[in-house]
Amino acid sequence: MKFAQLEGKTVVVAVENIDTDQIIPARYLKSITKEGLGEGLFRDWRTNDPEFPLNKPESKDAQILVAGDNFGCGSSREHAPWALTQYGFRAVVSTSFADIFKGNSLKNGLLPIVVPADVHKELLASSGAVLRVDLANATLHLPSGKSVVFPIDPFSKECLMEGVDELGYMLKQDAAIQAFEAKRVGSVNTLQ
Amino acid sequence: MARTIIEKIWDSHVVAQQAGAPALLFIDLHLAHEVTSPQAFQELRDRGLKVRRPDLTIATMDHSTPTTSRHLPVLDPNGAAQLAQMEKNCADFGIRLYNRMSDHQGIVHVIGPEQGLTQPGMTIVCGDSHTATHGAFGALAFGIGTSQVGHVLATQCLLQQPSKSYEIRVDGQLKPGVAAKDIILAVIAKIGIGGGTESVFEYTGSAIRGLSMEERMTICNMSIEGGARAGLVAPDDTTYQYMAGREFAPKGADWDAALARWKQLPTDEGAMYAHRLVLDASALEPMVTFGTNPGMGIPVSGSIPDPANVSDAVQKSDLIKALKYMDLQPGKPMAGHKIDVVFVGSCTNSRISDLRAAAAVIKGRKVSPHVRMLVVPGSQQVKKQAEAEGLDQIFRDAGADFREAGCSMCLAMNGDELSPGQYSVSTSNRNFEGRQGKGGRTFLASPQTAAASAVMGVVTDVRTLL
Repeated sequence: MKFAQLEGKTVVVAVENIDTDQIIPARYLKSITKEGLGEGLFRDWRTNDPEFPLNKPESKDAQILVAGDNFGCGSSREHAPWALTQYGFRAVVSTSFADIFKGNSLKNGLLPIVVPADVHKELLASSGAVLRVDLANATLHLPSGKSVVFPIDPFSKECLMEGVDELGYMLKQDAAIQAFEAKRVGSVNTLQ
Repeated sequence: MARTIIEKIWDSHVVAQQAGAPALLFIDLHLAHEVTSPQAFQELRDRGLKVRRPDLTIATMDHSTPTTSRHLPVLDPNGAAQLAQMEKNCADFGIRLYNRMSDHQGIVHVIGPEQGLTQPGMTIVCGDSHTATHGAFGALAFGIGTSQVGHVLATQCLLQQPSKSYEIRVDGQLKPGVAAKDIILAVIAKIGIGGGTESVFEYTGSAIRGLSMEERMTICNMSIEGGARAGLVAPDDTTYQYMAGREFAPKGADWDAALARWKQLPTDEGAMYAHRLVLDASALEPMVTFGTNPGMGIPVSGSIPDPANVSDAVQKSDLIKALKYMDLQPGKPMAGHKIDVVFVGSCTNSRISDLRAAAAVIKGRKVSPHVRMLVVPGSQQVKKQAEAEGLDQIFRDAGADFREAGCSMCLAMNGDELSPGQYSVSTSNRNFEGRQGKGGRTFLASPQTAAASAVMGVVTDVRTLL
């Protein structure tokens, strides 16, 4: 999935430390495919709280989730970004992301955007705002006319923009892997 | 240049480093289970790829695996399908599988060490965030997503960015009734659940040196709960004594050669850490969590925090949200809060020493009549050992349920779960909303504290029963 530009509406879930158990409860993990996870997104919060932002009609079609600090902590389940993308999200904005979630997201065309506290505060206060993401310049454009550059490593950026498949890239390095394995024979206890 | 053990393991596993790209890191051991691997095997099928090193992946069944009698069928059709798919995937791709009926079956992070698969200096990964458990042996072990499970299966490598080194130094001696679990809960309460983001913890200091391997595993296990990618303890004689003679540990001349390599691993004098936290073990009390993330922990003698005393607006609203979910009153003491369930198990605290610690408190006492207590050994081997020592009988005599091995009520995928509104004292690692069952409420604690609470029927300071 290629990712270059995105212009989309936000929905704000102003909670810190949203863990992947909330994003997709474990009972949705009893699947052997990636399908059908969108309905499980924030399932318990959506069920228990009629006022939960995703339940509101105005959040329909939101493509950008704005959430509190340390988004995606906890379990390594890649079902979290699968659920978010199947629901329709293409980017998540926060002040920080848990490492495994961030890596999983980038592999699934879901862009984690880290913004400074003042920008975050502005976004938290304006759910439904339309933001423009310019990935080539790693820039987030706000409705106020303000823009902010967000950090993204060059490799992940290229993978997203060009639709580069990481596994394909790794398979091309087979010669290096073979050479490394040959050098290590005897130094690793194989399990045979 | 002086290097940390983290940097040494990293340096010795870099296969290639292209400009502008992450390092290609070789993986020595890959552990797989039924929940996070099916889509990765499917990816291999779709691309017509083989598993590059089937000898370096070991699979087991733990997450959606029932802990009722192994001879009964799996009732949940989805769980059964997942287990059947694991059998098929391992058979199709030539991977060693310890299935439900195997004597080697158990939680991935319990069976790796007990079989000697986990060794110092290795890179170890698994599609599970608690992979850092293996760091107790001085391995660089971390959790990965399913895409990366596919990458490892196909290439035996991962694309990785280097991490920061974070020293967590714990000196001094633990007081009676205070456990390894209390150390890590205290660490996380201090740095917060995002405090270790982008870092790998190295646990150092006299208190850590004084711990057994199983206690070190408990601490490393919860590194992710502090936000870290991994956590480890440099190997020492305690490590080597634990490993010697285990099934997959090197033998004879291979052992001697391995030992010489392992002894090079500890952090060099003068090596630099990006961050450091220092903790005094002798000042610690038994810990218990009150909220909905593992950083919300307090000494068991403490009181539930009051949002009125929190100045940061977001933190305040999160605390209010947590207390509302947990239905707790600010200012009330933690000890004495009524509970419904006690769970002793999970990759954090399901090893033989954990079961011994819980049994020592339970022995000659009864589980409170209103409490359901589950004891779930981490592996078939742990279960066998517990039975040989008569621990199963101690638990049963007290009125607890002693079950088959698996993850069980840590994440409630296998039918072992809390009912809405119930409170548990749990030796697992996460107290997130609904983690142990929809609407369930979790107090995390040590096996000792869990056992004491089971007896009293309320959150209990184990020191009152010693």
